Amino acid sequence: MKVHLTRRYLFSASHRLHCDGLSESGNQATYGKCNNPHGHGHNYALEVTVSGQVNPQTGMVCNLVDLDGAVQREVLDRFDHVNLNARQEFVATVPTTENLSEVIFNILKQTFTAAHLEKVRLEETMMNSFEYAGRAELRV
Amino acid sequence: MVYLTRKCEFSASHYYHNPEFSVEENQRIFGKCANLNGHGHNYTLEVTVKGDVDPKTGFVVDLKKLKEILNREVLDALDHRHLNKEVPEFQQQIPTTENLAIAIWNRLQGKLHVAKLHRVRVYELPDLFVDFYGEA
Repeated sequence: MKVHLTRRYLFSASHRLHCDGLSESGNQATYGKCNNPHGHGHNYALEVTVSGQVNPQTGMVCNLVDLDGAVQREVLDRFDHVNLNARQEFVATVPTTENLSEVIFNILKQTFTAAHLEKVRLEETMMNSFEYAGRAELRV
Repeated sequence: MVYLTRKCEFSASHYYHNPEFSVEENQRIFGKCANLNGHGHNYTLEVTVKGDVDPKTGFVVDLKKLKEILNREVLDALDHRHLNKEVPEFQQQIPTTENLAIAIWNRLQGKLHVAKLHRVRVYELPDLFVDFYGEA
């Protein structure tokens, strides 16, 4: 029986949306107040969805302690209370929440192997969220 | 095709224990959930059904009938119960949220004549939920 399990995590970080390839007015037109020079912050909510067969002995898809440990070590320790623009993951890309979703998915794909990673969903504010599932199709 | 989700809540207690494991293994794998005195949660259940909109009624499903089936097949059996001790599925299985989602799916599947079941989502906590799509 394939089951999907989702766990939610919170972290806070700052960023500035700015593309070196655009002019000052181009950046302003594209990113609006997100381009303000000193950046701004968000409380991000991250939902990690994994799937797999339920282990008949434990009744679990995976042990939450393992999932929590991996997300804490690989994602929260890396991105909580930091300036995303200063991270090496965003040397070449703009730290939009689209790009951050993809970065987090790829990090977890490589580092968490106790269950199949289905998708990550990242809320930047209560009004917007982003989902990334690699090459797979999103489930409803 | 339109998807419709009905949400309801129930409260139940449980503990995690596998008699094939030693005391230490149960403690290591299940942590504080292994406490044999049990503990409880307010669960939130979301049942999603799918279907074409009936051109005459504008409905995918008669919500009143869906609610009756949910109450009869799921909530009456689970709400304010001890899952390990009072729910037949968990005589042999550990009442994890994974197994709970599968058990609810199985209870609804076959009884839900009014629409096609698409997904069962069970929240154990606001930050933890399980989805089951009936996939093997």
